[in-house]
Amino acid sequence: MGFLPFVKLGLVANGIIFGSVIALGAIGLTLVYGILKLGNFAHGDYMAFGAYVAFYIVDGLLPRAGIEGAGLGPFTFGFPVLIALPLSAIVVALGAIALDLLIYRRLRQRGASTAILMMASLGVAIAIRGLVQLIWSGDTQHYPRESRQVYHLPMDVRIPPDGLFVAIVAVILVAGVYMLLTYTKIGKAMRATSDNPSLALVTGINTKHVVWWTWGIGGALAAIAGVLLAVVQAQLLPIMGWKFLIPLFAAVILGGIGNPYGALIGALVVGVSMEVSTQWINPSYKPAVAFAIMIGVLLARPHGIFGDSQ
Amino acid sequence: MALLEASNVVAGYGETEILHGVSISVNKGEIVTIIGPNGCGKSTLMKAIVGLVRVRTGAVRFRGVDISRLEPEQTVRSGLCYVPQSDNIFPSMTTRENLEMGAFVRRDDFRHRIDEMFELFPDLKRSARMKAGRLSGGQRQMLAIARALMLDPVLLLLDEPSAGLAPGLIHTVFERIRGINETGVSLLLVEQNARESLRMSDRGYVLSGGDNQIEDSGPALLNNPEVGRLYLGG
Repeated sequence: MGFLPFVKLGLVANGIIFGSVIALGAIGLTLVYGILKLGNFAHGDYMAFGAYVAFYIVDGLLPRAGIEGAGLGPFTFGFPVLIALPLSAIVVALGAIALDLLIYRRLRQRGASTAILMMASLGVAIAIRGLVQLIWSGDTQHYPRESRQVYHLPMDVRIPPDGLFVAIVAVILVAGVYMLLTYTKIGKAMRATSDNPSLALVTGINTKHVVWWTWGIGGALAAIAGVLLAVVQAQLLPIMGWKFLIPLFAAVILGGIGNPYGALIGALVVGVSMEVSTQWINPSYKPAVAFAIMIGVLLARPHGIFGDSQ
Repeated sequence: MALLEASNVVAGYGETEILHGVSISVNKGEIVTIIGPNGCGKSTLMKAIVGLVRVRTGAVRFRGVDISRLEPEQTVRSGLCYVPQSDNIFPSMTTRENLEMGAFVRRDDFRHRIDEMFELFPDLKRSARMKAGRLSGGQRQMLAIARALMLDPVLLLLDEPSAGLAPGLIHTVFERIRGINETGVSLLLVEQNARESLRMSDRGYVLSGGDNQIEDSGPALLNNPEVGRLYLGG
């Protein structure tokens, strides 16, 4: 690789893995913003909740059915995590829809402003985090794991097999979202509603279903992102989702808020930037890198790198 | 019985009342134009009819059924389609996808209807795969009308279809509107371009200050000296 010869490729690889987790969260966040005009501050906590629901399934439910294990093939985690992944996605998807019916729909019906909706989501975020701490305590947890060898690639690139798993899952899901938005009736209706909500109404699009699907997809992707984050970080903490908000918002804003494809690119840029920055600065400043990107984009190109003037 | 009958409609936004009891009707097969100064409530009347603005008192009957309490998406299903004055396309979607969205409530195979729209508006066929946001002003207006026609509406509401178009295009748009009417679709128009619009209209209404002022046949309104002086620019 001739470009940036001073950048360690291993950090770029880590950045892509981290970026694919950001992407799963950011796509949901940007879809919700595009369609509901809600900057969902609880999105990170939807991720954390998803990670903990999977933990409950792996640690509490499945062992009772005699399903246990870690160290599946090259991975540190076991088969139970693969079962927990879709189940947690369903739980969080339904939870996100339920929260909309309970809170956001009522606020919309009263004509709540974007700021009010955002404040409400902040409340939801705090409530979810409190709930997680109440149920699972504030201590560090982790999915049952066995240590595994990392893959050694040329040029001193080391990739943990778990990271490869995370990236592959992310690619499959992003492709799925692309297919849904491009080819299905509900996906096109979501894009139409995001483009022009009042025209969508008079066109006869059932915006209620569009809202449900948006929360369902956003919630499911958030849950999976949360589980994958817990896998690559090898731990769960109640604060994990909240701390993830800055990279999430940085990716969404970089890609142009409301644009799912932009969010994907934005997530990879933010992920790689954060990881590569550790070559020169203390890793604890990684969130500051994401924050700097976000502020820089807002100052220079408020509609994102792909945003046009429309 | 009139196809559409709005009687004593009172409507507005928030605290502000814009329409103070407007009554209009459209009979089957007619083109009806509403003219009037800016801010007289023409667009609000359109929005009240389709359900985007709540009707406070009064009634809107379409084919004999009161639709004044229906949500816009239900109004559409009853065969009444509406083209807003601006922001009337989905800019990030292709021309074809815009037409597909127009057919959202259709359960049948509507591909033949898309082909019919391409025949009616050949420009749209050439730009079928183009993002609608990149279309020219005239093409956008055609697409907006075609989108509303996807449901084979009985009545089409057009809010200022000629707004912002070059003079040459305005004529084309009016010609297309007349063509649509000839296929059996009734039309209710709001127009700034009052002369050309009234010329092809069966009837017209003059709205002012949120109230009905005058109702007459299109040609009669054109020849009415008071209307000419006040609303048609002399």
